Amino acid sequence: MNFIANNLLTLILFIPTLVAGVLVFLPSQEKKLIRWVAFLGSLIPLALAIFLWINFNRGQAGFQFEEHFVWYAAINSTYHLGVDGLSLTMVLLTTLLTPVSILASYSIEDRVKPYMILFLLLETGMLGVFLSLDLLLFFVFWEIGLVPMYFLINQWGSEKGEREIWGGRKIQARTYASFKFMIYTMGGSLGLLLATQMLGVVAGTFDMPLLFERWTALSGALFGLPIGTVKAIAFWAFVVAFAIKVPVWPFHTWLPDAHTEAPTAGSMILAGVLLKLGAYGFLRLVLPLYPEEARFYAGALAFLATMAIIFGAFASYGQDDFKRLVAYSSVNHMGFVVLGIAAAAFAAGTEDAVIALNGAVLQMFNHGISAAGMFFLVGVIYERTHTRDLNDFGGLFPLIPVYGGILMFTAMASLGLPGLNGFISEFLVVRGAWPIFTVYTALSMLGLLFTGAYILKGIKKTLHGPLNEAWMGRISEINLREIIVMAPLLVLMLWIGVWPAWILDVINRAMAMFF
Amino acid sequence: MQFPILSIIVFTPITAAVLLQLIPSERMTEIRVTALAAAFFAMFLSAWVYFSYDAGAGGYQFVEKYDWLPVLGISYHVGVDGISAPLVLLTGVVMFTGVLISWGIDDRPREFFTFLFILATGVFGVFVALDLFGLFFFYEIAVFPMYLLIAIWGWKVTREYAAMKLTLYLFIGSVIALVGGLAMYFASGLNTFDMLALENANFSREFQIFWFPFVFFGFAVLGGIFPFHNWSPDGHVAAPTAVSMFHAGVLMKLGAFAALRVGIMLLPEGAQFHLPWIILLALVNVVYGAYIAMVQTDFKYVIGFSSVSHMGLVMIGFATLTREGFIGAGVQMFSHGIMTALFFAVVGMVYDRAHTREIPELGGFARAMPLVAVAFIIGGLVSMGMPGFSGFIAEFPIFMGLWNYRPWIAIVAAISIVITASYIIRIIGSVFFGDMPEQFVGHIGDVTALDKVALVVLCVIMVSVGVYPSVMVPIVESGVNGVLALLGGV
Repeated sequence: MNFIANNLLTLILFIPTLVAGVLVFLPSQEKKLIRWVAFLGSLIPLALAIFLWINFNRGQAGFQFEEHFVWYAAINSTYHLGVDGLSLTMVLLTTLLTPVSILASYSIEDRVKPYMILFLLLETGMLGVFLSLDLLLFFVFWEIGLVPMYFLINQWGSEKGEREIWGGRKIQARTYASFKFMIYTMGGSLGLLLATQMLGVVAGTFDMPLLFERWTALSGALFGLPIGTVKAIAFWAFVVAFAIKVPVWPFHTWLPDAHTEAPTAGSMILAGVLLKLGAYGFLRLVLPLYPEEARFYAGALAFLATMAIIFGAFASYGQDDFKRLVAYSSVNHMGFVVLGIAAAAFAAGTEDAVIALNGAVLQMFNHGISAAGMFFLVGVIYERTHTRDLNDFGGLFPLIPVYGGILMFTAMASLGLPGLNGFISEFLVVRGAWPIFTVYTALSMLGLLFTGAYILKGIKKTLHGPLNEAWMGRISEINLREIIVMAPLLVLMLWIGVWPAWILDVINRAMAMFF
Repeated sequence: MQFPILSIIVFTPITAAVLLQLIPSERMTEIRVTALAAAFFAMFLSAWVYFSYDAGAGGYQFVEKYDWLPVLGISYHVGVDGISAPLVLLTGVVMFTGVLISWGIDDRPREFFTFLFILATGVFGVFVALDLFGLFFFYEIAVFPMYLLIAIWGWKVTREYAAMKLTLYLFIGSVIALVGGLAMYFASGLNTFDMLALENANFSREFQIFWFPFVFFGFAVLGGIFPFHNWSPDGHVAAPTAVSMFHAGVLMKLGAFAALRVGIMLLPEGAQFHLPWIILLALVNVVYGAYIAMVQTDFKYVIGFSSVSHMGLVMIGFATLTREGFIGAGVQMFSHGIMTALFFAVVGMVYDRAHTREIPELGGFARAMPLVAVAFIIGGLVSMGMPGFSGFIAEFPIFMGLWNYRPWIAIVAAISIVITASYIIRIIGSVFFGDMPEQFVGHIGDVTALDKVALVVLCVIMVSVGVYPSVMVPIVESGVNGVLALLGGV
């Protein structure tokens, strides 16, 4: 027991890899065995994360359950893990969504073994980002998460669809989407890599707590340039890398393709967790390392966030492909996260800033839950109808009432209906950002209006209106496994919507101590 | 008198070569097994040396010194430091996996392994040599078998051209370096070729500045420095698989290593003076090499040019003359060696079955040889410097060294990372995924168990160093400290 408590974070981080290692030795044809080993194996980190949650001391400042070991001593990088309220929330989200997504993947029949192995390796990659307290280690896990996702999209993504590339050549849509996702994100990370190298050279360490102190204490000149210039460049290098991931408009263009072409569970994890890595980067690295630059450019960031909210909503409303609609909805919802962060950066230390941050972090969690839910439900209907075109559906509610009910519930959470989780976080962001960036917050209301519009469009075209006779007798109701996938998500949507204190308290205390 | 383990390592291959000649040429299995046994023995001993090296103590260990031609100041003097120990291990690993990969050669395998092992002896000798004459001696022994191996067992289309070009380039390079070496011998006034003595020879600044280019470039030709890299892509492509593995995996490291040992360590002020333009040339290697790799259609040429690019990183790491740069270069020599050995092994496996290396003509090979695909993907990730693998452990400190020198060079060099990523992803997709062309369907068999062993060994090494850098970095660091001490006086 003591062993578990002392090495809790390493266990949470690497048990998925261990389970993946076990899977390597299972025979490829035993699909059921592989699925169950993967699913049950992925429940272990969840159990440990809940244990972590319970034993986390929310009143205490700083990081807990720290682990510190030698790793790459020659360049002053160590294996340093730790959690605070922010990362704890994200760890819970990740360890929850992974088993949910694995269960959702039971319908995959092609090469189940490599699929599950990649999924579990992906979990380690994501957890590593959230748990890491060393900048180099952060970067390692940041990049390594791209590889499984690339293959998941490339090999198990939508089989239909073609895109034309240079020279008129046609390639599969999933090939295009995965390549764009990988190169776009890696290209963005290049700035992060260079800035990380520079930080390591200048500060002499990659350990985040030390780095925050030393880097912010620097003054004078660096590389022949005033320190302010160097910091501003490094700030933007970090920001671009994270902005691509979140994604912030206009760096979002990889997302619609990647989300749409990914397999259902891939989209669930992509929208549910991977986008949060970017926002987490803003909170964990950008704000502590560059407080002045963050305040100086907060207005620009808030502008981009507002554009994401508005354009994301407009684009979503304009879609006929249900999955693409949900994909753009991610841009829309993550815009609120960045708006909250920008507001907090501008007015650091004020109560409004804390409220905005609370909203941002809770929105990260909430969007994770509702987006995963929405993508899964799109996947459910796609498996039955083999189309995602909204115009092909019509009045399906009487045929699939349980699915319909679940879809409406999840959609309402995504829309931000009071009583469900989305409302709490969006309200907090708006309440916090209003005194700070009144104009942008007001403009984002336009986005919010269209959020309602696209959600209702999605539901209406699918469930309501005249029944599309073509589907009568040809569409089956949502089955038990699928309900079980949605169950934890639905419970959380309602629970957080009605009584958010259990999670908001953890977040709030962490955010209050942030500055 | 301690156990002469280094001499045993150096002379095992050539002894085995002689023994092989005693086996009748029709006894293919006996020949292969003998070769494998010798290779395994050499690898085992090299691993022994590596893991027994005391990083805390540093300096040269496992030293042996015997008189050879005392009247000329030539001795047989060998030893390893933190930089050469990983390279000795690398040679052992590449030798072992190379023999495994060459199991299928049925055209005069006896002679093939004989020449391969002469090459191996030469390589081991250079890495452990502490006498300048000995270094040149083993260097030539390493170069000449390349001619025979490529010209006889290579790709019929270009083998003679490539073999001639390679050998001439490398010999000319070594002659130029030899001239520099002799200059040092005569100017030191010590009447010795012993490198440890020459390290303290206190050559004048003008002498160092004049002779450094001779020595550095003479050897850096073998390291593939722009614009003398031309022999490498053709040489890689024309060579049979195991020879390519040796060539890119070890031989090019020989060049960079000798440039370090004889150039930088013996003529430190010359190095300081010339490094600015050496960095620029190496930068061209890194970025331009990646671009050229991107546009190749022959699978093997892609890898050949990617070697030129990655060796550029080694030389740029050296040229920064910083601690981080040297550490990164040291690890990169090992990491790239393993990675490129894997790449060429895979290319060989594909070519043996498809009889073409043109990327547009390939496709869907992952289904026929899944382990090979995974191994190649791992190699690809190492190549693009993906964290979690040895390539990142190597490249990151090199960039840190560049930041300490000139930030803009680090930024420009980083472009190569994205280019590498894109061409690697492209070839993985084109060769291993997608649809298999009609003519191959049903005709592509999986690789043999021996091939798989070789690939797994190489992958495990790359992942281990990537996940746990302490298994290599402390040793390299101790070697780097020795180099920095010599530069410290500058």
